[in-house]
Amino acid sequence: MKPQTRNTYVSKTVAALKPSGIRRFFDLASGMEGVISLGVGEPDFVTSWSVREASILSLEQGYTSYTPNAGLLELRQEIAAYLRRKFHVDYRPETEILVTVGASQAIDLALRAILDPGDEVIVVEPSFVAYEPLVVLAGGTPVAVQTTGADGFQLHVAQLEQALTARTKAIIICSPNNPTGTVLRPAELEALARLAKEHDLLVIADEIYAELTYDDGYMSMAAVSGMRERTILISGFSKGFAMTGWRLGFAAAPEDILQAMLKIHQYAIMCAPTMAQYGALEALRSGERDVAEMRSSYRRRRNYFVSSLNEIGLPCHMPGGAFYAFPSIRHTGMTSEQFAERLLIEEKVAVVPGSVFGQSGEGHVRCSYASSLEQLQEAVKRIKRFLARL
Amino acid sequence: MKLSEKELEIVKILEKDARTPLDMLAKMVGLPVAETEALVKKLEEAKVIVQYTALVDWRKVDGHEGVTAMIDVKVTPKRGVGFDEVAERIYRFPEVTSVYLMSGAYDLSVVIEGRSMSEIAQFVSEKLSTLDSVISTTTHFILKKYKHDGIVFDQGDQDRRIVVSP
Repeated sequence: MKPQTRNTYVSKTVAALKPSGIRRFFDLASGMEGVISLGVGEPDFVTSWSVREASILSLEQGYTSYTPNAGLLELRQEIAAYLRRKFHVDYRPETEILVTVGASQAIDLALRAILDPGDEVIVVEPSFVAYEPLVVLAGGTPVAVQTTGADGFQLHVAQLEQALTARTKAIIICSPNNPTGTVLRPAELEALARLAKEHDLLVIADEIYAELTYDDGYMSMAAVSGMRERTILISGFSKGFAMTGWRLGFAAAPEDILQAMLKIHQYAIMCAPTMAQYGALEALRSGERDVAEMRSSYRRRRNYFVSSLNEIGLPCHMPGGAFYAFPSIRHTGMTSEQFAERLLIEEKVAVVPGSVFGQSGEGHVRCSYASSLEQLQEAVKRIKRFLARL
Repeated sequence: MKLSEKELEIVKILEKDARTPLDMLAKMVGLPVAETEALVKKLEEAKVIVQYTALVDWRKVDGHEGVTAMIDVKVTPKRGVGFDEVAERIYRFPEVTSVYLMSGAYDLSVVIEGRSMSEIAQFVSEKLSTLDSVISTTTHFILKKYKHDGIVFDQGDQDRRIVVSP
C-alpha cells in the first residue's frame, strides 16, 4: 500500500479546487470550550412545531416512497402561490418549478444545465463560498466582479459590464447577500436587467434570504419587467423558515431551462426527501406568522448588534437583510484571517474572515447575529476588550 | 391608547424580557437612550406596562408546597352590573390569581393558589360557594405545569448548530 498514489484517482479539476476557508475555522473553533460562535450561517430557531408535526404525521401515515422527480405537485402548487403572493411572479407548477435538495443543489443544477465548457459566469463578490467551485465543476469559468464596503456593497452595473466577454453566459447574484447582508435596490435590479437583455445573459438569482429583509419592501429579480424569461429564481426553506437541516429548496425558471435542470435532477437525485417535502408544504400553508415573528426577532438583534459594533469601533453598514453583519477591520492593520484567528484564540469569539467570500471581502469579518441577545452582548464585550488591547 | 411603531416595539421587547437593559432596548428600536427611557416611563404611567414580574418555577424550591386549581363558576348576573360585581368580589381575595369571564358552559374561570388541597377546598366551600350570585362550582386541580404564559418550564435550549458554517 502506497497512500501517496491514491491522489492520482482524484480528478484534476477537483484536486485543483481550493478547500473552503471556512473549514479551517471550523476545525479551530470546534476544539475549543466556551466559544461564542458568530460564525454560524443558519438561524438559531428550531423549525416551527407545526412543520415538524406535519412531517412526523407524514411518516406515521407511511408517506415514505419517492415523489415525482420535480417534487410533490401539491408542494409545487403551494410554491407557485407563495411566489405570486410574496414576489408577484408567476410560474406554472407543472413545468416551471422544481423542488431541490436545498438551494445549493438548485444552483448546481442551474449551472450544469446552462454551461458549455469555457462559458463564463460572473460572480458578484463578496459571495457565498459555493458559487465559484460549482461553476468550475459545471465546466464553466467564474469571473469575479467586486463590490466594496465603501458604499455598503452595492452593485455597480457599469463595472459589471466591463467584465463581460463574448463567452459570458450568466450572472449570479445573491440578495439579500451572504456575507454582506446587502439587499439590491430596484434601481440596481433594473440596471442589471437592461444589461442582461442587451447582452442576452441569464441571471441566476439566489434569493434564499428574501424572507429576511428589515427595512424596505423586497423586489425579486424575476419581477423586473422582461426578466422572467432570463432569470433562474432560486430559493428555499432553510433561512426564512428555519429549516436548514431539512435540505429543501426550489428553483423556478422558464420551461426549457427548468426541464433541463429536471433532466439532471432525475438522474442525480431522483427527488428531494419526501418527509421534508411534507414539512415544507405545511410551512407554506401556515408558516407566515412564525416567519414574521422570527423576522422581528432578527431585526431587533440586527439593530442592537450593528450599532454596538459601530460604537466599539468596528465600522459597519446597516445590512438590509439576512442575519449577517460585515464590519470593516481594516484599521486594525490585520488581515481578516489574522483578526479572526486572534479573536478566536484570545477572546473565544468565532467570526468568519471576509477573505473566504472573495477578494473584496478582505478587510471585513462576517458576524452572524442569529444568536441570543445574551450571547451577542457577551460577544460585543469580548470584541471591545480585544480591540482595546490591539 | 394608540401606540406608535416604536412604542409597540418597546412593549413587545419588554414583554419577552422585562430586564432588557435600557441601552440595548434603545439600540434595538433605534432611538437615543433618553428618548427610549421617556417612552418606557410614558407606557408605565399609562399602565400599558402594568408591572414587571418574574416567572418562578416553584417546583425547584425545596420545601415549597403549593397547589393551583382552576374553578369553573356559574353565577347569576345582576341587573345593571352584569358579571362585574361578582367577579370583583372574587378577585379581591388575594389567593385568587386570575379571574376570566368565559363563553360556554360556565361564566367565570377562577384560578386560585393555595398551600394545600384542603386550603383550596376550604376557600371554595366557605368563601366562593357562599356568595349570593354563585350557583355552582367545579374545581380542577393542576397536576403539573408544562407551559405557562408562553414559557415552557423545562426548555432544552442548547444550541445544536455546528460552530462555523457557510
